[in-house]
Amino acid sequence: MRKNIAAFFCGLLFAAGLGVSGMTLPTRVVGFLDFFGGWDYSLMFVMGGAIAVYLPVWYAMKCRKSVLAGNLPCSARKDTDARLFIGASIFGIGWGLAGICPGPGIVLLGRPSVETAAFVAAMLAGMLVHRALPRKQIAAATG
Amino acid sequence: MDWQRIWPPLLGGLMIGAASASLLALTAKTAGISGILEGILTREKGELGWKAAFVLGLLAGGVGLAFLLPENLAREALRPLPMMIVAGLLVGFGTRLGGGCTSGHGVCGIGRLSLRSILGTVTFIAAGALTVVVARLVEGS
Repeated sequence: MRKNIAAFFCGLLFAAGLGVSGMTLPTRVVGFLDFFGGWDYSLMFVMGGAIAVYLPVWYAMKCRKSVLAGNLPCSARKDTDARLFIGASIFGIGWGLAGICPGPGIVLLGRPSVETAAFVAAMLAGMLVHRALPRKQIAAATG
Repeated sequence: MDWQRIWPPLLGGLMIGAASASLLALTAKTAGISGILEGILTREKGELGWKAAFVLGLLAGGVGLAFLLPENLAREALRPLPMMIVAGLLVGFGTRLGGGCTSGHGVCGIGRLSLRSILGTVTFIAAGALTVVVARLVEGS
């Protein structure tokens, strides 16, 4: 129970950060992705700021016991495969079209429009489509 | 550099980092939102509770922002409805095939200096940038 309460407040802070940062403004996101137009570099500081906090906590805590639940992992994944590159490319195309990634999509439901709600519904459907594909077939197709 | 433009993204980023790092330190879990959503959709055994709680927090945050900072929650979409649906399908499918999104790969993965996540993040930013260019050419603006 304490773990779930902690997760709730982490989600709340995460949403507040997304809202303050401008990640919930698709025009800003597309401006950041527009390297060959009038590039808006400012959203670089969202990822930069987040990593600056996360990285030292990871290195201080990895392999140790978390406060409320189990142990942290001891290492990060190093492996790469075709699935990573194909999936990230497909995600990037959708992100570039709508200017919305999964976190901001959920947060935008706090002040929804038909278009953003449809985007989120389709995003969840896309996850289920991936889930429904036979694992073996994906493995065969992507090496 | 224009400090007025930089400080909100930086502050927001620090908050996102604090939220993700807190989740890690308190519960040993990774704040990867696409994986969390998939876990809820599939009622993942043993993980459903905290994942549902985290997403409830995101939704509560969205409602709070609608009151406190409505100008930062865009209602107008960049594209017509059918294209938004296509984009949503691509984001949902692609994040699961690639094993992460902006939060899981971009923050938590890079924050662990994971080669996998660094390459994934470079890939989705490059694909997004290319899409913006192609969309502009197609739409002729």
